[in-house]
Amino acid sequence: MVPPPVAESLTGRRNPARLILAGIVFLLPIIFFALFYIYPLGSILRLGLIPEGVLDTAALTQLFTDGYLLRVLWFTTWQAMVSTVLTLLLAFPGAYVLARYRFRGKTAVRTLATLPFVLPTVVVAAAFVALIGPSGVINTWLRDLFALEAAPIRLNQTVWIILAAHVFYNYSVVLRLLSAYWQNLPPSMTQAAQMLGASPRRVFFEVTLPLLRPAITSAATLVFIFCFTSFGVIVILGGPRFATLEVEIYRQALNLFSLPLAAALSLWQIIFTFILMWVYTRTQARVGQTVKAISRGAVERAVKKPREKIFVFGNVVLIVMLIGAPLYALVVRSFRGRSGFTTAYYQALFTNRDDSLFFIPPGEAILNSVLIALVAMALSVSLGLLAAQALTRWERETNGRKPIGTTLLARGLDALLMLPLATSAVTIGLGYLIAFGQSPFNWRASLLMLPIAHAVVAVPFVMRAVLPGFRGIQPALREAAAILGAGGWRVWWEVDWPLIRRPILVGAVYAFTISLGEFGTSIFLARPERPTMPLAIYRFLGQPGALNYGQALAMSVLLMLVCAVAFLAIEHFRFGNEGEF
Amino acid sequence: MRSIAKWLVLLVIAGLATACSAGGGATDGPVVVRLMTHDSFDVSAELIATFEAETGIQVEIFKAGDGGEMLNKAILAKDAPLADVLFGVDNTFLSRALDNDIFLPYQSPLLGDVSDALELDSQYRVSPVDFGDICLNYDVAWFEEEGVPPPDSLGDLVDPTYAGLTVIENAATSTPGLGFLLVTIEAFGEDGYLDYWQQLAANDVLVVDGWEQAYYSHFTAASDGDRPIVVSYATSPVAEVYFAEETPVTAPTAAVLTDGTCFRQIEFIGILKGTAVEEQARLLVDFLLDKAFQEDIPLKMFVFPANETAQLPEIFRMYGHAADAPAQMAPERIAANRETWIQDWTNIVLR
Repeated sequence: MVPPPVAESLTGRRNPARLILAGIVFLLPIIFFALFYIYPLGSILRLGLIPEGVLDTAALTQLFTDGYLLRVLWFTTWQAMVSTVLTLLLAFPGAYVLARYRFRGKTAVRTLATLPFVLPTVVVAAAFVALIGPSGVINTWLRDLFALEAAPIRLNQTVWIILAAHVFYNYSVVLRLLSAYWQNLPPSMTQAAQMLGASPRRVFFEVTLPLLRPAITSAATLVFIFCFTSFGVIVILGGPRFATLEVEIYRQALNLFSLPLAAALSLWQIIFTFILMWVYTRTQARVGQTVKAISRGAVERAVKKPREKIFVFGNVVLIVMLIGAPLYALVVRSFRGRSGFTTAYYQALFTNRDDSLFFIPPGEAILNSVLIALVAMALSVSLGLLAAQALTRWERETNGRKPIGTTLLARGLDALLMLPLATSAVTIGLGYLIAFGQSPFNWRASLLMLPIAHAVVAVPFVMRAVLPGFRGIQPALREAAAILGAGGWRVWWEVDWPLIRRPILVGAVYAFTISLGEFGTSIFLARPERPTMPLAIYRFLGQPGALNYGQALAMSVLLMLVCAVAFLAIEHFRFGNEGEF
Repeated sequence: MRSIAKWLVLLVIAGLATACSAGGGATDGPVVVRLMTHDSFDVSAELIATFEAETGIQVEIFKAGDGGEMLNKAILAKDAPLADVLFGVDNTFLSRALDNDIFLPYQSPLLGDVSDALELDSQYRVSPVDFGDICLNYDVAWFEEEGVPPPDSLGDLVDPTYAGLTVIENAATSTPGLGFLLVTIEAFGEDGYLDYWQQLAANDVLVVDGWEQAYYSHFTAASDGDRPIVVSYATSPVAEVYFAEETPVTAPTAAVLTDGTCFRQIEFIGILKGTAVEEQARLLVDFLLDKAFQEDIPLKMFVFPANETAQLPEIFRMYGHAADAPAQMAPERIAANRETWIQDWTNIVLR
């Protein structure tokens, strides 16, 4: 008896049942993607671009012939690039601190950094105004200090406030993705370089940076896509003079009712992102290097030297100032009444004084939001994992001996699965409205549509978080484990799991957060009997009156609180006997 | 690896199966009438409960964005209507709605109680349900402290005394913004309104995208902003008193109601074509025009009831007055010129 080659037994090519199962594993995310993304998107694009069975080519080419739209495209691109670079530069040292140092309050800092993600832009705008607006804290302070006539800092409706808000929102994306990956990198490599006499500068540029490249590009891609498709920040903080493609799509579709142009712009936005992702996945597959999991103790060190203290402290202060200050302004404002401190806004949240049909008891809104977010998280983590696992296997199988076709397919799918993040929310929203309002898929009223819609957006996030980890798994290690007699499950648990558990956690946190703060799809999918927290916030902001505004802020503070508690719960989740991380 | 994959597969299949089975929905039970409306819609729970008890109809309310978004969604989905009754299409959008032929005519007997001035469709495809006046609001305390008289006319806004004091909404994206643009077109004519806007822009008017930002990010009376004049509604001062954190003696804000400075926005209801429950939809329309609901309107949505027999609440009689002579414009004229006006306005004010 000749034992089967290890590689073959690992991929299970011999066993037809396993082959079918492997097929299903990858088919599931594909079916989900096709049904809940391609189908609604196709419905709305067809309605917009092929209204009478004839393709509207004029709308399709307008982006490149219309001077105004060209300027919009240019602005969309450059502001996204600048925002991404700024966010990377600012978050890089923070990620290092979180990955390499052990200090008190680390989890708190990490949690704080992620909070902006759940806040509706209207609320963030109010916080920014309270902080750096003409009568805000900083300007008042500067005016008093230098006895100035007018407010010295005037950022409102400038590109600066757009960039600042983008950094504010996306800082944690870089921070979390980078530090989760960094924690898996053994310090031995940099130590070796140092021992061989390399200067710290050289070690950084020639060892650390190349090692981190997969995570950096992953984070940069996400941030770029977020800023490229930015809507709320542009409209609310930038004002009507600024427009990204996303803003223009919204205005065309809902304000001017020019569905053909809206559909054409959406299509271009998707195509641009696909090209970007295609280039990205090509480089990513090439640079991906394998690493092994290491324990936390071997990576993190205590803060000892004065220089380290200054560095760690400086970064924590930066995070607290950048992200904490606007949030703090928000919290303070939610307790500020006409005559000082008040809890009136919080109390008012709990009373339905006008017997409104749309009154949302905070407890119920919290429960709904959390339940929906949990379902969305479970869905997107499982689907993202399945897809990521299948993709990495395809890439790997084709190394060397297989035809190029599968690799290309894997890359194509990798890029394709990112598209929901880059698709205009209004386009996909209208698509849902049309596609799921009639047979065969009359599901518009289903309770699960909301978490499903959230999961569609969250899956790309989970994949971006998990893929670098999967690609880092050494095939040799898996083969060795198999030779030593470990079963498929055991191999997964001992080899794959330690490397991907931190990234999974990051993906889960974001899936949860995306769902919790999501308002775009909530607005037309949420039914009045299932109100969520963002929906409640918008209900208050629709009417004048200090109590309404106060309640919106109070609800936002609750939203942050719920989010923070959920983060801490997820972070402290114990995985087997690995201990918490 | 296989076994965990197997479990994940099962989990996802189970999830999707539940999603699909939950989607179908039971068809037994009471007749459901779906009411599609804008985000500002509100009603007392008790009223709906009474209506449901009396008629055996179950009302499902679906909010579809602001007025424009709601109408666009209704038009987009007209082959498979999103609802049976549409509440809240206004006179600035009425022509678009009628041109797209989304309504079934229905002449409710209750229209006898509604002022003829509000009825804009002679074929009864829509019925007026409420109205409000879009006008300038100002921060009373701010003007007292500065010793400046509050604005009284459109002309004041371009006076250097009021430079940098006004925040208005984008006419392309916001109903109050559009309403105010229409006011200036009525006041200065199609030949003169752009000159006025040029002067406004030169007087440092701030344009923001929506009412929420104008009011809650820039209006001094409601935020940390620095603009004491905002375009809002004639009834906003009532809401300021009603939703005050500590009930004030006088309203902190006031509306400018001078002749020709306000735009009257009228909201309509109509039965959507393609409904399977036309008869029940008519009952719902009657209910929405009837006194009980009409009297519920002011303190829920801060607009005026269309039904003239409806009594206004005390606080409205004290603080909220409709304009005597608001600017009005035929929906056909708005529909015919809207795009051009907004485009010209955008070029002058925003570019």
